[in-house]
Amino acid sequence: MLTPPSRTEADDAILTVDNIVVRFETPEGPITAVDDMSLRVRPGEFLSVIGPSGCGKSTLFNVVGGLLGNYHGKVSVAGETIAGPHPSIGMVFQEESTFPWRTVTDNVAFPLELTGMPKAQRIERARHFIALVGLNGFENRYPGELSGGMRQRVSLARTLASQPKILLMDEPFAALDEQTRLLLGDKVLQIQQQLEQTTLLITHNITEAVQMSDRIVVMTYRPGKVKRIVDIDLPRPRTSEIVGSEAFGRYVAQIWADLREEASRGMRDEEAHTLTHHKGASS
Amino acid sequence: MTDAAAPRPALRRGLPPQLVGLGALVAFFLAMEALIQGGVINRFIVPPPSEIVGSFGRVIVEEHVFSRFLLTLSECLIAGVLLTVVGVSGGVLMYRFRLLQQACETWVAAMASAPIVLMYPLFLVIFGRSMWTMIMMGFVAALPPVILKTLEGLSGTRKVLVNVGRSFNLTPSQQFWKILFPAALPTIFVGIRLGLIFALINIVGVEFLINFGGLGQLINELAERYDLPGTYAAICFVILVSILFFMTLEKIERWLRPVD
Repeated sequence: MLTPPSRTEADDAILTVDNIVVRFETPEGPITAVDDMSLRVRPGEFLSVIGPSGCGKSTLFNVVGGLLGNYHGKVSVAGETIAGPHPSIGMVFQEESTFPWRTVTDNVAFPLELTGMPKAQRIERARHFIALVGLNGFENRYPGELSGGMRQRVSLARTLASQPKILLMDEPFAALDEQTRLLLGDKVLQIQQQLEQTTLLITHNITEAVQMSDRIVVMTYRPGKVKRIVDIDLPRPRTSEIVGSEAFGRYVAQIWADLREEASRGMRDEEAHTLTHHKGASS
Repeated sequence: MTDAAAPRPALRRGLPPQLVGLGALVAFFLAMEALIQGGVINRFIVPPPSEIVGSFGRVIVEEHVFSRFLLTLSECLIAGVLLTVVGVSGGVLMYRFRLLQQACETWVAAMASAPIVLMYPLFLVIFGRSMWTMIMMGFVAALPPVILKTLEGLSGTRKVLVNVGRSFNLTPSQQFWKILFPAALPTIFVGIRLGLIFALINIVGVEFLINFGGLGQLINELAERYDLPGTYAAICFVILVSILFFMTLEKIERWLRPVD
């Protein structure tokens, strides 16, 4: 089990998540989605949070992003406690979130438009981030003309354009096929290394987490707690080629060993819930 | 990167859709002509299309159809502007204030199916025998679909888009103008289109009923004279009003939101 973070680690952290507890009221009674969850993310670090379905990953994403207000505990950015969305945290969502009525350039320039930046300047900045995610030539296209992977890159570029201190991503490539996902992982790694971007990735994909992370936080099934933190000691700069290495395989096996038990518990719980619900409905 | 842009459907070579549509219309008229000339359909109930086409010149010159056309068009335009402003605002208010939505949504929906045109005597008393009776009848009858579709469009905005706005710390006004409204625009335009159909039907209907105003009055007069080719020719001008409105709306929609 996890040992509490050392004093130095806590002091160094750019993002601190302290003793987060989230409870929801449901028709079946109260549910503790996240229980006493604490994290420290260091500047420039790529930290992934991995867990089985229903472990509270997305709840944690919403808490850190400031979209969920009803929780116990504290989230701090560079020592400042935050309540609600914070300009230092840029969010990339799991669902497709580009604005279909805006071109790629206008999508990416969106956060710059909010700051009142002059049009010429913001278009120039937007083009820089479009190039960064490898979408040159698509500046004047609309999201409807792009593939799912390209749209997610537009979302990523839009978030990066706001120049957040922390990039917070919730399974951004979950809807994509495995090959595209690996290649987009390369792109994210490249950008993260280029910008030295502190990144917190929420995912259920072990390969994705090991491919990109410096550390991986493994969560338990409901209530979501930190089960283990795994340091990923793989060389950087990394690409998806590392997926074939022996060390990579060991990390995947190690994390799966932890996750398997939790995922099985989740599956059993879900089956029991469905059974009870079905019996209740038929009686 | 290897993920390429989604392939756009290739345009089929061959006849353009407009030509097919026109061809279908011509085929329909030819079939009608044959059925009427052959005595299958009574020509005293449905005049042959050739007679309708032949009566266009007479209707234009003798019945001053253009001034009537412009009158009906302007009544529809004023009703359209009114129902867009009031209807969209009503939908926004109902979206913004949950209590208002819960209190009013059902009866606004019920109002959409009510035969409001039957209330024309009341409107005559209030607005007199003037174009305002037609405008207000068209406006009131067309309001529910605009309100309901605006509400539907705003409520149906994908949560993730709202969350993107929240993540960028948008003010409520920015959230509305930069996310909710553009996201809801296609649905709002469906409401405005429906509203304009309702408005046109009611305006022409009341013109017909009170024998006053534009094309409705003309249809009434021609029908009373049992000038069936002329009546159908006048109805063609009502359809023209509708076509003009739809084309204009489409242009406005494309200007506001170039793609869906």
